[in-house]
Amino acid sequence: MAEPVIKVRDLNKYFGDYHALRGIDLDVAEGERIVVCGPSGSGKSTLIRCINGLETHDEGTITVRGTDLRDEASAHAIRGGVGMVFQQFNLFPHLSILQNLTLGPMKARGLTRKAAEARAMSYLERVRIPDQAHKRPKELSGGQQQRVAIARSLCMEPKVMLFDEPTSALDPEMISEVLDVIVDLANDGMTMICVTHEMGFARKAADRMIFMDHGEIIETGPTETFFDAPRTDRCKQFLSQILQH
Amino acid sequence: MKRSTILALCAFGVLAGCSSSGNWGWYVIDPSTTNGQNNIRFLLGGFWATISLSLIAAALSMTIGMIIALPGMSTNRWVRLPSRIYVEFVRAIPLLPMLFWVFYGLPVVLRSFGITISIDAFWGAIITLAISDSAFTAEIYRSGIQSIAKGQTEAAKTIGLTYTQTMRYVILPQAIRRILPPLANQFIYIVKMSAFASVIGMQELTRRANELVVTEYRPLEIYSLLILEYLVLVLAISFFVRWLERRMGANESR
Ligand SMILES: Nc1ncnc2c1ncn2[C@@H]1O[C@H](COP(=O)(O)OP(=O)(O)OP(=O)(O)O)[C@@H](O)[C@H]1O
Ligand SMILES: [Mg+2]
Repeated sequence: MAEPVIKVRDLNKYFGDYHALRGIDLDVAEGERIVVCGPSGSGKSTLIRCINGLETHDEGTITVRGTDLRDEASAHAIRGGVGMVFQQFNLFPHLSILQNLTLGPMKARGLTRKAAEARAMSYLERVRIPDQAHKRPKELSGGQQQRVAIARSLCMEPKVMLFDEPTSALDPEMISEVLDVIVDLANDGMTMICVTHEMGFARKAADRMIFMDHGEIIETGPTETFFDAPRTDRCKQFLSQILQH
Repeated sequence: MKRSTILALCAFGVLAGCSSSGNWGWYVIDPSTTNGQNNIRFLLGGFWATISLSLIAAALSMTIGMIIALPGMSTNRWVRLPSRIYVEFVRAIPLLPMLFWVFYGLPVVLRSFGITISIDAFWGAIITLAISDSAFTAEIYRSGIQSIAKGQTEAAKTIGLTYTQTMRYVILPQAIRRILPPLANQFIYIVKMSAFASVIGMQELTRRANELVVTEYRPLEIYSLLILEYLVLVLAISFFVRWLERRMGANESR
């Protein structure tokens, strides 16, 4: 079997005295699409933030595409191949949409402005908003902003994408336009971990589901079995709650 | 601007009105007499020293402030600590004692390290003003930068920017608008505090006024003019800063 793209072993994370992640083990294979769910405060965000070094971990190892995450330098190297999309978009408000997209390629990758703009436009096409290139982020709707954020990540041509509840801050009518873009990416074979409570999306896009509670991975399995035959009571309970809505 | 013009005119009007009273001796600075002209020229001659002193001290303070502020925002306690200590320590020292210490004491300290440089009044005042003010500029930077949401830094990191690039292209352009107004206030503070340089013999506005008082025995008139000199200087700075803010505001909304 090929070496996993992301390999997490016995990961422990504390916030002061609070034990936020408890002995997490996780392998993500190339091209695998994983959806993480679980109640609020269960450590989903903390887990994916640890994977690209936005949070430091206290025990265990994280290896991403062969690089051991140990310090800021290795975190920087890992982020070069890992894109991330946040719940709050985090676009740069003082820059135009186009400048939001070209900043990384020009400054971190040394592309010329022309090359970076060409790349930016191609990804804006892909998220279906090329006509917004010269606006400021605040002039766009939430759904459009989140698609820009996805395009901004894609401009770095990552091998892995991390999504932290990408649609939780959106009005209901804008959720699907963002999820469609992510489904497209999934269909193109992008390796991804997505934290979300959108179970319809999970069924459509995920190969494997992970259920977390109290900082632990309680249950993980192929999407079909996860939904149709959950093994643990906690997971059953969570699914029945969330599917009722 | 209108308000400040009126203010200046009022101040001048009060002084001019008093000139009819017998107790006032405006002749010391009467531009129609040779003596008056010489005195005015002598007093105004302090402008250059006050301005250059303030500008250099402010530039140094802004630089030192940044060097102190950046580690002060680290998540690592041990990186943060020296910066916190510097700010608390420097803020606690009154300006005048620090000025004496730098002017009379620092050369002795340096000599014990084998460095023999004499610190003249100009540089003694600059060093003191810059250090004393840097604790405040550091705090201005810190609050300005920390007011930019954490998500901005994280987003910049995830698109591969280094710390320096993140600061330069993402954080500082957003923070500058919040930093500039308090920084300008700090500059006005430096201009006013530069008057202390007179006690170590720096020939700036206040020192010259003092010297003239000693020879002419007309403190009221001379110090009135001195206050007017500072007023004009500070109002000019406020005016410039407001213009700058407006220009940046226009840039932002474009
Ligand atoms: N910076 C922090 N300092 C202290 N505690 C934190 C910090 N970040 C997260 N926590 C705590 O760690 C726990 C896990 O948080 P995390 O954000 O990973 O949960 P989550 O599963 O993403 O929840 P949600 O669905 O609400 O986003 C929570 O109890 C949270 O309060
Ligand atoms: Mg979360």
